[in-house]
Amino acid sequence: MTAKRVSLTVNGRGENIAADGLTTLQQVLREALDYNSVKDGCTQGSCGACSVLVDGELRIACLLPAGGLQGAEVTTLEGLNARNSTSVIQQSFVEHSAAQCGFCTSGMIVSAQALLDENPAPSRDEIMEAISGNMCRCTGYLPIVEAVASAARKLAKGDGA
Amino acid sequence: MKAKAEMDGIGGGGHAVGQPIKQRELDSHVKGQTLYYEDVKVPRMLHLKIHRSPVAHARILNIDTSKAEQSDGVVAVLTYRDVPATKVWSHFEAIGAAPGAEPILAVDKIRWKGEPIAAVAAETLSQAEDAAAKIKVTYEKLPSVFDVDEALAPGAPELFDCWPGNHYVFPDDHKAAQIRFGDVEKGFAEADHLVEHVYRTRPIEQAPIETAGCVAVPGSDGRYTIYTNSQALSTTRNSAAEIAGLPVARLRLVGGTAGGGFGGKVDMAIEPMALLAAMKSKRPVKYRFTREDEMTVSSTRAAWRVSIKDGVMRDGRITARHVITHQDIGAYLRNSIYGAFKHASHMPGPYTVPNVWADVYCVFTNRTPSAAMRGFGVMPASFAIEMQMDRVAKAIHMDPWQFRLKNAFRNGDMKAHRREVWDAALVETIQAAARLTAKDLPEEYRQMSSAKRPLSAPRIAGG
Ligand code: FES
Ligand code: FES
Repeated sequence: MTAKRVSLTVNGRGENIAADGLTTLQQVLREALDYNSVKDGCTQGSCGACSVLVDGELRIACLLPAGGLQGAEVTTLEGLNARNSTSVIQQSFVEHSAAQCGFCTSGMIVSAQALLDENPAPSRDEIMEAISGNMCRCTGYLPIVEAVASAARKLAKGDGA
Repeated sequence: MKAKAEMDGIGGGGHAVGQPIKQRELDSHVKGQTLYYEDVKVPRMLHLKIHRSPVAHARILNIDTSKAEQSDGVVAVLTYRDVPATKVWSHFEAIGAAPGAEPILAVDKIRWKGEPIAAVAAETLSQAEDAAAKIKVTYEKLPSVFDVDEALAPGAPELFDCWPGNHYVFPDDHKAAQIRFGDVEKGFAEADHLVEHVYRTRPIEQAPIETAGCVAVPGSDGRYTIYTNSQALSTTRNSAAEIAGLPVARLRLVGGTAGGGFGGKVDMAIEPMALLAAMKSKRPVKYRFTREDEMTVSSTRAAWRVSIKDGVMRDGRITARHVITHQDIGAYLRNSIYGAFKHASHMPGPYTVPNVWADVYCVFTNRTPSAAMRGFGVMPASFAIEMQMDRVAKAIHMDPWQFRLKNAFRNGDMKAHRREVWDAALVETIQAAARLTAKDLPEEYRQMSSAKRPLSAPRIAGG
């Protein structure tokens, strides 16, 4: 298969990558660019551990062909780490012990960020809906939902915004 | 300072019980900075794909790897001929899990659908997959058994010549993990009622979000290092070294944070294969289960069949408990004996029963081999016992809470495996649950305690 060159922005940095028809964004991020927060739990779109933002939208990196991402702006958790609102979400995850093995956690936080960017005051049901594509086998979803709800409250009050 | 010490966790100097303790890697988890085995990148790494059996029970007539060897990107193809030691998986010899019988790569027989037959190490995973699909194996199919009822039926097909009737036999020549305490027949004779039932559980996949995986790396000094997410580092190192015919000193395992395990990363599913491939190819080799592998060929929780017969008095005292359990361990032993022992020693549950008899068998079937999962052997025991407790309570028209309180362990009681109880807490736990759920208990039951049993109701073996 012939590879083509694709220019895109990852976490604010311009990248030029090679991608053939089967290369996924997950492979590009993990293997070529070393963004380790992008996990691989299934390589088939069912666990959410590879969640990233593409042009601000929540996407599953393992199902996204990299070849179609010319000019796209990709953000992984490494990129979000600099954002104040993300650090509020992270602090809430810590306070609620919302991670155990941590393997799902990057994806969870990216999903939570995508939700709060779009809907700053989500209901409990909306939070559950927003993380429904992120599987966690360790923690149980309750602390995670509480962590997201508490982050939303803190951000509404202006903490860390 | 105190709060800081507590947040630092055990060893921080404070009490652990009743205090929130911060998960050690929480700060790096939330930033996506925790390193898992797969985040360690090794240059010139090969990828491994296993050719597995599509049939559950068969004799192997021929293995043809010639097309795979010619396939693009292939560096090494391994069959049983590349496994130097005759040693097989068995890392629980210390508790009698011997002799092992599971080859790393099938030799002449297939015992489950998914059994590994050949391994291909190639430059990329898709090249390894392409090549593995080109391996041709000729089988003579055999009839299969898929649960303990089929496996124990007269004339059932047998998996092993050395274990007739599909029963695992312990090295000291008996078939079951056993508990013998008091005299159950006497207990049944004294009882007002006998209650008997069979309980069954089905296999469950542990399904950690990070699949099992490792990278085996040859060193320039003749040593090998394996980066792995194993839950059993030292037993895996010892067994993998033996299988590969290496002195233990030449094999180093580097563990670390596993992305979940739940028992699914205890039974050494991947390391020996990656090591053998690294030895043959002289290159680092990565072997990881795909999600599909994890769901179809990794070991699961076993299926258990637990038959319980209880003798009980009208006033709720259990006089005898008789248990026969068959653990469907699948095609190979792995560490199932350990589960059988734990299951047996959990009998008769957290209750003081003066006469107990239990036999816990490991039975071979043509299912995926089973292994540990949270509360290995104990979950099916607790499930069966608690279902039975409800059933017995109903049979004697007694409130199931009161029935449990009446029979719960007290300090000073003797357990069926002959350890005196010293840390009983079931009475207080049930009382607390009753308070939380506004369950009304009579005064007599609210006053009970684990401290000791009233002298009027001694519980002594055979009494
Ligand atoms: S790895 Fe992409 S959804 Fe599971
Ligand atoms: S913390 Fe382990 S999968 Fe979520």
